[in-house]
Amino acid sequence: MKELLEFLSLANANVRYVVLGVMLLGASTAVVGSFTFLRKKALVGDAIAHSVLPGICLAFMFSQYKHPLVLLIGAFISGWLSILSIDIISKKSRIKSDTAIAIVLSVFFGIGILLLTYIQSTGNAAQAGLDSFLFGQAASLIREDVMVLGAVCFLLVLTIYFFFKEFSILSFDADYATSLGLPVRFLEVILSTLTVLAIAVGIQAVGVVLMAAMLITPAAAARYWTNNLTKMIVLAALFGAFSGLFGSYISYSAPKMPTGPWIIVCITIIAFVSLAFAPERGLFFKWKRKRSKEINTLDENVLKIFFHLGEQENNMFAARKIPALQKRRYFDEKKVLQSLKRMMRAGQIEQEDNTWKLTETGLVEAKRIARIHRLWEMYMSKFLRMPADHVHEGAESLEHFFTPSMEAMLEQDLDFPETDPHDKPIPYTVKNEF
Amino acid sequence: MSFDYQIILTGALVAASCAILGCFLILRKMAMIGDAISHAVLPGIVIAFLISGSRASVPMLLGAASFGVLTTFMIEWLSKKARMQNDAAIGLVFTFLFAVGIIMLTLFADKLDLDAHCVLHGEIAFVPLDQLIINGISFGPRKAWLLGGVFLFVVSIVIIGYRALFITTFDTAYAVSIGISAVVWHYVLMALVSLVTVVSFEAVGAVLVVAFLVVPAATAYLLTDNLLKMIFIAVTVGILSSFAGYFFAKFIDGSIPGAMSTALGFFFLLSFIFSPKYGLIGKRLAKKREVFQNT
Amino acid sequence: MIIQVDNPVLEVHDLTVSYDKNPVLWNIDFSIPKGKLVGIIGPNGAGKSTMLKSVMGLIEPQSGFVKVFDKDLDDVRQRVSYVPQRESVDWDFPASVLDVVLMGRYGRRGLFKRMTKQDKEIAMASLAKVNMEKYYNRQIAQLSGGQQQRVFIARSLAQQADLYLMDEPFAGVDASAESSILSLLQEMRAEEKTIMVVHHDLQSAYEYFDWVILLNMRLVASGPKEEVFTPKLLQETYGGKLTLLDSLSNFIRRKELPIKG
Ligand SMILES: Nc1ncnc2c1ncn2[C@@H]1O[C@H](COP(=O)(O)OP(=O)(O)O)[C@@H](O)[C@H]1O
Ligand SMILES: [Mg+2]
Repeated sequence: MKELLEFLSLANANVRYVVLGVMLLGASTAVVGSFTFLRKKALVGDAIAHSVLPGICLAFMFSQYKHPLVLLIGAFISGWLSILSIDIISKKSRIKSDTAIAIVLSVFFGIGILLLTYIQSTGNAAQAGLDSFLFGQAASLIREDVMVLGAVCFLLVLTIYFFFKEFSILSFDADYATSLGLPVRFLEVILSTLTVLAIAVGIQAVGVVLMAAMLITPAAAARYWTNNLTKMIVLAALFGAFSGLFGSYISYSAPKMPTGPWIIVCITIIAFVSLAFAPERGLFFKWKRKRSKEINTLDENVLKIFFHLGEQENNMFAARKIPALQKRRYFDEKKVLQSLKRMMRAGQIEQEDNTWKLTETGLVEAKRIARIHRLWEMYMSKFLRMPADHVHEGAESLEHFFTPSMEAMLEQDLDFPETDPHDKPIPYTVKNEF
Repeated sequence: MSFDYQIILTGALVAASCAILGCFLILRKMAMIGDAISHAVLPGIVIAFLISGSRASVPMLLGAASFGVLTTFMIEWLSKKARMQNDAAIGLVFTFLFAVGIIMLTLFADKLDLDAHCVLHGEIAFVPLDQLIINGISFGPRKAWLLGGVFLFVVSIVIIGYRALFITTFDTAYAVSIGISAVVWHYVLMALVSLVTVVSFEAVGAVLVVAFLVVPAATAYLLTDNLLKMIFIAVTVGILSSFAGYFFAKFIDGSIPGAMSTALGFFFLLSFIFSPKYGLIGKRLAKKREVFQNT
Repeated sequence: MIIQVDNPVLEVHDLTVSYDKNPVLWNIDFSIPKGKLVGIIGPNGAGKSTMLKSVMGLIEPQSGFVKVFDKDLDDVRQRVSYVPQRESVDWDFPASVLDVVLMGRYGRRGLFKRMTKQDKEIAMASLAKVNMEKYYNRQIAQLSGGQQQRVFIARSLAQQADLYLMDEPFAGVDASAESSILSLLQEMRAEEKTIMVVHHDLQSAYEYFDWVILLNMRLVASGPKEEVFTPKLLQETYGGKLTLLDSLSNFIRRKELPIKG
């Protein structure tokens, strides 16, 4: 706890650099990665990340010096080379793009490993730390690194800001972008350049192997929360920054730990939480929506039985016992009881001892269900050309899905028929008879 | 057999098993699934090592391989149930499992004789140190025997299931229409890939195994139009790279699997440029020939 | 205009098919008589391919069922042959023409038994029927579109089935290949085989088929062509989707709700 407070107070200047650097990094790669994600280039991102390794090694071999800018340039060049290679392989031969990605990824990385081990075997003292490009070592960031990193991140975010509209159109619909006369090729080059740059600066904290996740996962998580691009990008940036903070804390408290994996685990957990609990698109809400639809369906079916019995006996408000309802259609006893109580609370049903009857509002609702059922049967026999003895089953399930506007459509398409295919009257209520 | 050739043999066995499976992977457009599996088996491997010490037993290896199949389940679940786009689902799952593996590796570092470097590029150079000795006679590296066994297993499954793999890869819809289960054969292939990546792991690591899976197959794909020939060529390319890579690594004193992947890349480049039918130059020559014949 | 027949070769009963809970075929219900050349006609995206796929069990229908020769498909797979759309496979696949046609024998021979000489002969004879025997050794990557289509048909012939379901066999085929495929289908009909063909050209459809199914998300008509080819029914088929069906599908998909009673 004390450690955490010490860390969060940012009292130590080194800690300050590390935290600032990694958060900045997490945020800006997430921003760039949002477009990578939307353009469905996640795996290309992975290939680029692996492919920067030989560039870093070569840059080091030529300069014999571990300046961040030099390594960045090396990484940038080999990252771009990998994009071009993927492009050439998949365009100029019959090899498909997924294979091209895997080839470039593994061969570039293999060359990188060869060079790295070669450098290590030459025993150059300055090479110590090149290793940290594999899995990331946030704690090894020094002031110099953070300066370069900050400058690049600023450049990334600024460029995105400038081309925001163009990039969004391109990401959602490249064909549309072409038809608008946007310089698609040029924009793609810019976006790829940004991706390579983001990767090249990110690897110091996350490492080449896991860098792809730093690009994609924040965006994938953010996507569950919103359909709005700006909001999505802001969220992704927040997620990225938070994971960066988390990673740098780990790096601070357990210096032996590589940071990359922790950052990735953190961001992936955020993604899992998002896909489980985000409103609308999250699995939990989908499950709840499904549950409430099931409950709703049960209630509607019970109401319909009141209606059918009422129609038969010409007495809509007769009090009925549960077994009488069950005779018409099998229901689980406990569930019917729950359903009746629910509808009592909604004012659709009244209870007297152990009998139940419709209220006025209940009748309106019951009529609505029966009406939709019969109208839909009519629709199926008229427009879907189904024989009268086949329509009931289909109506039984779909009657629960009609919104008022769809119901209106149904009535208009059929021109307010009097009866259904089985010659039963269609129960309109006053408000429908305009 | 000298240590040199023991290492080359080990590399060749990895390359051969991978090359066979890689042919099916790339034809099914699942190269990146192979990549995902090879990364994602890491937690399984670490657990296997934790339980059984340095010499992971066969059941342990099978347990580790189940992580590969689990990966494909997770990817499918994410894209079907959670509606994540497929490429992101692949990227998310394998990076997560790989990260978990690395964390486990560092947490239990003192209990394991695995390290992060081994994860990335294996320790094929140490393979000869662990010899299979029976009655005091050395029968070569234990690892090579294991890999040899797996190679034979892969070969026999592919021979038995050749027709099924062939038809489900070429035309899934038709295969299902005549009653062949595409799902079963999909998982057979995934299980084999997982198994091979797990047993190759110590030799070449989790990342470079992708090169062995994909590159020989892609090289062969540019050279022939016959699946059987493609498999044979891929295996040959893999073995050749094992030789070339080994001597190159020795020459510059670098990682052997790294050099083997580099050699694979080199062979691919040759085929990409010079393949008579589908290479850059080959295609151009063929076109010229056509023009010549037509005039 | 939906004419049901006695002793149908194929009976589709109340079939509703969805992709991701989004219904694309609504309550399709028809039956097909034996020995007819049947055209399945409708605009793009009408669900023609989807219908063939669900008949072949490639897609699990949401409700309804299919009977072939009055049995479940699994009991009579040998007697039904499916020709997928040509674009559904990657023709860069390393295989020869004969390799592909021999696939038609897998169903009978099983996955593990050796192919016999007889299988090869049947495959070659099937190739001869589509005038492709010269090309048996050709790599499929080097075929033209029309040749690819004929290879697919030959594979289906090699299956020696009684009911054929072909998805757009005339697509991307030149005029002479089209007429030779057509006469082949007519020959097959003469042998009392039933052939269902997805087709998109109205002009030729009337000429080619005996029985026509008009489809656009729902079944518009199924019957002898003379009765089905009325301006009214065609107008209904091509007059666009029913907006109500569209909004219902959309609603269900957007809310990701399962449909059940
Ligand atoms: N795999 C699929 N996933 C989701 N929707 C699909 C899929 N295949 C087809 N569809 C949709 O189903 C509808 C019918 O498609 P299809 O059967 O291919 O039509 P047709 O063959 O008549 O042109 C179309 O709206 C299409 O977009
Ligand atoms: Mg179609």
